[in-house]
Amino acid sequence: MGEARPYRSLRTYLIGFALALVLTAVPFGLVATRALPAGQILVVIAVAAVVQVLVHLRFFLHLDLRTTPRENLLALGFAAVLICIMIGGSLVIMFNLHYRMWV
Amino acid sequence: MNATMTGVHEERAFGFWLYLMSDAIIFALLFATYLVMRNNLAGGPGGGELFDLSNAFVETMLLLVSSLTFGFAALSADARRRGAVLMWLGVTFVLGVAFVMLELREFAGMIAEGAGPDRSGFLSAFFTLVGTHGLHVSGGLTFIAVMMGQIVFKGLTPPVTSRLFRLGLFWHFLDIVWIGIFSVVYLPGGL
Repeated sequence: MGEARPYRSLRTYLIGFALALVLTAVPFGLVATRALPAGQILVVIAVAAVVQVLVHLRFFLHLDLRTTPRENLLALGFAAVLICIMIGGSLVIMFNLHYRMWV
Repeated sequence: MNATMTGVHEERAFGFWLYLMSDAIIFALLFATYLVMRNNLAGGPGGGELFDLSNAFVETMLLLVSSLTFGFAALSADARRRGAVLMWLGVTFVLGVAFVMLELREFAGMIAEGAGPDRSGFLSAFFTLVGTHGLHVSGGLTFIAVMMGQIVFKGLTPPVTSRLFRLGLFWHFLDIVWIGIFSVVYLPGGL
Protein backbone atom coordinates (compact mmCIF):
# COMPACT_ATOMS: atom_id res chain seq x y z
CA MET A 1 0.00 0.00 0.00
CA GLY A 2 1.35 3.39 1.01
CA GLU A 3 4.87 2.21 1.81
CA ALA A 4 6.55 0.73 -1.24
CA ARG A 5 5.18 1.73 -4.62
CA PRO A 6 8.10 1.97 -7.00
CA TYR A 7 5.77 2.14 -10.01
CA ARG A 8 4.18 5.38 -8.74
CA SER A 9 6.52 8.34 -9.06
CA LEU A 10 6.46 12.03 -9.88
CA ARG A 11 8.04 11.14 -13.22
CA THR A 12 5.18 8.87 -14.37
CA TYR A 13 2.53 11.46 -13.45
CA LEU A 14 4.37 14.26 -15.25
CA ILE A 15 5.00 12.17 -18.38
CA GLY A 16 1.33 11.15 -18.42
CA PHE A 17 0.22 14.74 -17.96
CA ALA A 18 2.46 16.03 -20.78
CA LEU A 19 1.27 13.33 -23.19
CA ALA A 20 -2.38 13.94 -22.24
CA LEU A 21 -1.92 17.70 -22.82
CA VAL A 22 -0.61 17.10 -26.35
CA LEU A 23 -3.32 14.54 -27.13
CA THR A 24 -5.96 17.04 -25.97
CA ALA A 25 -4.49 20.14 -27.63
CA VAL A 26 -4.16 18.52 -31.09
CA PRO A 27 -7.86 17.56 -31.60
CA PHE A 28 -9.15 20.78 -30.00
CA GLY A 29 -6.76 22.83 -32.12
CA LEU A 30 -7.83 21.05 -35.30
CA VAL A 31 -11.54 21.58 -34.60
CA ALA A 32 -10.97 25.25 -33.69
CA THR A 33 -8.89 26.01 -36.81
CA ARG A 34 -10.49 23.44 -39.19
CA ALA A 35 -7.01 22.89 -40.65
CA LEU A 36 -8.08 19.58 -42.26
CA PRO A 37 -11.25 18.30 -43.97
CA ALA A 38 -13.92 17.26 -41.43
CA GLY A 39 -13.56 13.53 -42.16
CA GLN A 40 -9.82 13.58 -41.45
CA ILE A 41 -10.32 15.61 -38.26
CA LEU A 42 -12.76 12.94 -37.02
CA VAL A 43 -10.10 10.29 -37.58
CA VAL A 44 -7.52 12.35 -35.65
CA ILE A 45 -10.04 12.87 -32.80
CA ALA A 46 -10.71 9.12 -32.60
CA VAL A 47 -7.02 8.13 -32.66
CA ALA A 48 -6.04 10.82 -30.12
CA ALA A 49 -8.88 9.69 -27.80
CA VAL A 50 -7.87 6.01 -27.90
CA VAL A 51 -4.20 6.85 -27.33
CA GLN A 52 -5.07 9.23 -24.50
CA VAL A 53 -7.18 6.54 -22.77
CA LEU A 54 -4.15 4.21 -22.95
CA VAL A 55 -1.89 7.00 -21.60
CA HIS A 56 -4.24 7.54 -18.64
CA LEU A 57 -4.42 3.79 -17.93
CA ARG A 58 -0.64 3.49 -18.04
CA PHE A 59 0.54 6.66 -16.28
CA PHE A 60 -2.36 7.61 -13.95
CA LEU A 61 -3.91 4.21 -13.15
CA HIS A 62 -0.44 2.56 -13.36
CA LEU A 63 -1.63 -0.43 -15.36
CA ASP A 64 1.29 -2.60 -16.30
CA LEU A 65 1.11 -5.91 -18.13
CA ARG A 66 3.73 -7.38 -15.77
CA THR A 67 2.91 -6.01 -12.32
CA THR A 68 -0.89 -5.44 -12.39
CA PRO A 69 -2.76 -8.52 -11.04
CA ARG A 70 -3.94 -10.73 -13.88
CA GLU A 71 -7.61 -10.69 -12.75
CA ASN A 72 -7.67 -6.87 -12.97
CA LEU A 73 -6.38 -7.02 -16.54
CA LEU A 74 -8.88 -9.77 -17.37
CA ALA A 75 -11.75 -7.67 -16.00
CA LEU A 76 -10.54 -4.69 -18.04
CA GLY A 77 -10.21 -6.80 -21.18
CA PHE A 78 -13.66 -8.31 -20.69
CA ALA A 79 -15.19 -4.86 -20.15
CA ALA A 80 -13.43 -3.61 -23.29
CA VAL A 81 -14.86 -6.51 -25.34
CA LEU A 82 -18.37 -5.88 -23.96
CA ILE A 83 -18.08 -2.16 -24.71
CA CYS A 84 -17.01 -2.85 -28.32
CA ILE A 85 -19.86 -5.33 -28.83
CA MET A 86 -22.47 -3.02 -27.31
CA ILE A 87 -21.41 0.24 -28.98
CA GLY A 88 -20.52 -1.38 -32.31
CA GLY A 89 -23.60 -3.63 -32.32
CA SER A 90 -26.00 -0.80 -31.37
CA LEU A 91 -24.63 1.45 -34.08
CA VAL A 92 -24.72 -1.22 -36.81
CA ILE A 93 -28.29 -2.24 -35.96
CA MET A 94 -29.68 1.27 -35.48
CA PHE A 95 -28.06 2.81 -38.57
CA ASN A 96 -29.01 -0.20 -40.67
CA LEU A 97 -32.59 0.21 -39.45
CA HIS A 98 -32.45 3.93 -40.16
CA TYR A 99 -31.16 3.26 -43.67
CA ARG A 100 -33.91 0.72 -44.41
CA MET A 101 -36.68 2.93 -43.00
CA TRP A 102 -35.47 5.98 -44.89
CA VAL A 103 -35.05 4.57 -48.38
CA MET B 1 1.83 -3.13 7.47
CA ASN B 2 1.15 -6.79 8.03
CA ALA B 3 0.26 -9.38 5.39
CA THR B 4 -3.45 -9.57 6.31
CA MET B 5 -3.93 -5.85 5.79
CA THR B 6 -2.20 -6.00 2.39
CA GLY B 7 -4.47 -8.92 1.42
CA VAL B 8 -7.58 -6.97 2.43
CA HIS B 9 -6.34 -3.95 0.49
CA GLU B 10 -5.73 -6.05 -2.64
CA GLU B 11 -9.20 -7.65 -2.39
CA ARG B 12 -10.93 -4.31 -1.95
CA ALA B 13 -8.93 -2.76 -4.78
CA PHE B 14 -10.05 -5.63 -7.02
CA GLY B 15 -13.69 -5.28 -5.94
CA PHE B 16 -13.57 -1.55 -6.62
CA TRP B 17 -11.95 -2.24 -9.99
CA LEU B 18 -14.88 -4.55 -10.89
CA TYR B 19 -17.29 -1.74 -9.92
CA LEU B 20 -15.40 0.67 -12.20
CA MET B 21 -15.58 -1.80 -15.10
CA SER B 22 -19.37 -2.13 -14.71
CA ASP B 23 -19.61 1.66 -14.48
CA ALA B 24 -17.62 1.85 -17.73
CA ILE B 25 -20.25 -0.39 -19.33
CA ILE B 26 -23.04 1.96 -18.17
CA PHE B 27 -21.19 4.85 -19.80
CA ALA B 28 -20.63 2.79 -22.96
CA LEU B 29 -24.40 2.28 -23.27
CA LEU B 30 -25.01 6.00 -22.76
CA PHE B 31 -22.42 6.74 -25.47
CA ALA B 32 -24.12 4.27 -27.82
CA THR B 33 -27.49 5.91 -27.09
CA TYR B 34 -26.03 9.36 -27.74
CA LEU B 35 -24.51 8.30 -31.06
CA VAL B 36 -27.80 6.77 -32.20
CA MET B 37 -29.81 9.86 -31.13
CA ARG B 38 -27.27 12.42 -32.37
CA ASN B 39 -29.23 13.41 -35.48
CA ASN B 40 -32.72 13.18 -33.94
CA LEU B 41 -33.08 16.93 -33.50
CA ALA B 42 -36.89 17.11 -33.86
CA GLY B 43 -36.40 20.55 -35.46
CA GLY B 44 -34.50 21.77 -32.38
CA PRO B 45 -30.94 23.08 -32.13
CA GLY B 46 -27.96 20.77 -32.78
CA GLY B 47 -24.50 20.51 -31.29
CA GLY B 48 -22.99 23.09 -33.66
CA GLU B 49 -25.25 25.85 -32.27
CA LEU B 50 -25.23 24.71 -28.62
CA PHE B 51 -21.69 23.63 -27.80
CA ASP B 52 -19.06 26.13 -26.76
CA LEU B 53 -15.68 24.63 -27.63
CA SER B 54 -13.68 26.91 -25.31
CA ASN B 55 -15.95 25.97 -22.38
CA ALA B 56 -15.40 22.27 -23.13
CA PHE B 57 -11.64 22.91 -23.37
CA VAL B 58 -11.53 24.63 -19.97
CA GLU B 59 -13.55 21.75 -18.45
CA THR B 60 -11.09 19.27 -20.00
CA MET B 61 -8.11 21.13 -18.56
CA LEU B 62 -9.71 21.34 -15.10
CA LEU B 63 -10.21 17.57 -14.99
CA LEU B 64 -6.78 16.81 -16.44
CA VAL B 65 -4.97 19.09 -13.98
CA SER B 66 -7.07 17.63 -11.15
CA SER B 67 -5.85 14.15 -12.17
CA LEU B 68 -2.28 15.44 -11.84
CA THR B 69 -2.92 17.10 -8.45
CA PHE B 70 -4.56 13.89 -7.23
CA GLY B 71 -1.38 12.10 -8.30
CA PHE B 72 0.60 14.59 -6.16
CA ALA B 73 -1.70 13.76 -3.22
CA ALA B 74 -1.05 10.03 -3.74
CA LEU B 75 2.72 10.62 -3.88
CA SER B 76 2.53 12.72 -0.71
CA ALA B 77 0.65 9.85 0.96
CA ASP B 78 3.45 7.48 -0.08
CA ALA B 79 5.92 9.90 1.53
CA ARG B 80 3.68 10.04 4.69
CA ARG B 81 3.36 13.82 4.42
CA ARG B 82 -0.11 14.44 5.82
CA GLY B 83 -0.17 18.22 5.32
CA ALA B 84 0.82 17.86 1.67
CA VAL B 85 -1.84 15.17 1.09
CA LEU B 86 -4.52 17.50 2.51
CA MET B 87 -3.25 20.43 0.45
CA TRP B 88 -3.26 18.49 -2.86
CA LEU B 89 -6.65 16.91 -2.12
CA GLY B 90 -7.92 20.43 -1.44
CA VAL B 91 -6.59 21.65 -4.80
CA THR B 92 -8.18 18.63 -6.53
CA PHE B 93 -11.46 19.38 -4.79
CA VAL B 94 -11.44 23.04 -5.91
CA LEU B 95 -10.69 22.02 -9.54
CA GLY B 96 -13.53 19.47 -9.41
CA VAL B 97 -15.96 22.05 -8.03
CA ALA B 98 -14.95 24.47 -10.80
CA PHE B 99 -15.65 21.72 -13.36
CA VAL B 100 -19.12 21.00 -11.93
CA MET B 101 -19.91 24.75 -11.80
CA LEU B 102 -18.96 25.20 -15.47
CA GLU B 103 -21.08 22.20 -16.43
CA LEU B 104 -24.10 23.44 -14.45
CA ARG B 105 -23.72 26.88 -16.03
CA GLU B 106 -23.67 25.28 -19.48
CA PHE B 107 -26.77 23.19 -18.67
CA ALA B 108 -28.61 26.18 -17.22
CA GLY B 109 -27.78 28.26 -20.32
CA MET B 110 -29.05 25.54 -22.65
CA ILE B 111 -32.28 25.07 -20.67
CA ALA B 112 -32.83 28.85 -20.64
CA GLU B 113 -32.54 28.86 -24.46
CA GLY B 114 -35.27 26.22 -24.66
CA ALA B 115 -32.74 23.46 -25.38
CA GLY B 116 -33.47 21.36 -22.29
CA PRO B 117 -33.52 17.55 -22.13
CA ASP B 118 -37.20 17.52 -23.20
CA ARG B 119 -36.53 19.33 -26.50
CA SER B 120 -35.34 16.41 -28.66
CA GLY B 121 -33.95 12.90 -28.58
CA PHE B 122 -30.50 14.35 -29.16
CA LEU B 123 -30.79 16.63 -26.12
CA SER B 124 -32.24 13.86 -23.92
CA ALA B 125 -29.25 11.68 -24.75
CA PHE B 126 -26.82 14.60 -24.29
CA PHE B 127 -28.12 15.54 -20.83
CA THR B 128 -28.23 11.89 -19.73
CA LEU B 129 -24.65 11.15 -20.82
CA VAL B 130 -22.98 14.38 -19.67
CA GLY B 131 -25.21 14.65 -16.58
CA THR B 132 -24.35 11.11 -15.46
CA HIS B 133 -20.67 11.98 -15.69
CA GLY B 134 -21.30 15.22 -13.77
CA LEU B 135 -23.11 13.27 -11.04
CA HIS B 136 -20.13 10.92 -10.79
CA VAL B 137 -17.78 13.90 -10.43
CA SER B 138 -20.04 15.31 -7.70
CA GLY B 139 -19.94 11.92 -5.97
CA GLY B 140 -16.15 11.95 -6.30
CA LEU B 141 -16.07 15.41 -4.67
CA THR B 142 -18.05 14.04 -1.71
CA PHE B 143 -15.62 11.13 -1.55
CA ILE B 144 -12.65 13.59 -1.53
CA ALA B 145 -14.25 15.65 1.26
CA VAL B 146 -14.86 12.50 3.35
CA MET B 147 -11.27 11.34 2.82
CA MET B 148 -9.91 14.78 3.83
CA GLY B 149 -11.93 14.47 7.05
CA GLN B 150 -10.61 10.96 7.69
CA ILE B 151 -7.01 12.10 7.11
CA VAL B 152 -7.50 14.99 9.55
CA PHE B 153 -9.11 12.87 12.27
CA LYS B 154 -7.57 9.42 11.78
CA GLY B 155 -4.26 10.21 10.09
CA LEU B 156 -2.68 8.20 7.28
CA THR B 157 -3.53 4.80 8.77
CA PRO B 158 -3.51 1.70 6.51
CA PRO B 159 -7.33 1.67 6.07
CA VAL B 160 -7.29 5.39 5.18
CA THR B 161 -4.49 5.08 2.59
CA SER B 162 -6.30 2.04 1.19
CA ARG B 163 -9.46 4.14 0.68
CA LEU B 164 -7.39 6.97 -0.73
CA PHE B 165 -6.01 4.51 -3.31
CA ARG B 166 -9.55 3.53 -4.40
CA LEU B 167 -10.58 7.20 -4.54
CA GLY B 168 -7.64 7.68 -6.92
CA LEU B 169 -8.90 4.87 -9.16
CA PHE B 170 -12.35 6.52 -9.22
CA TRP B 171 -11.03 10.02 -9.95
CA HIS B 172 -8.70 8.94 -12.78
CA PHE B 173 -11.51 6.75 -14.20
CA LEU B 174 -13.80 9.82 -14.41
CA ASP B 175 -11.13 11.66 -16.38
CA ILE B 176 -11.01 8.73 -18.83
CA VAL B 177 -14.80 8.90 -19.31
CA TRP B 178 -14.43 12.63 -19.97
CA ILE B 179 -11.96 11.90 -22.82
CA GLY B 180 -14.83 9.96 -24.41
CA ILE B 181 -17.27 12.82 -23.82
CA PHE B 182 -15.20 15.57 -25.41
CA SER B 183 -14.16 13.27 -28.28
CA VAL B 184 -17.67 11.98 -29.02
CA VAL B 185 -19.88 14.91 -28.00
CA TYR B 186 -18.11 18.28 -28.05
CA LEU B 187 -15.44 17.96 -30.76
CA PRO B 188 -17.60 16.33 -33.51
CA GLY B 189 -20.46 18.68 -32.47
CA GLY B 190 -18.20 21.68 -33.03
CA LEU B 191 -17.13 20.58 -36.53
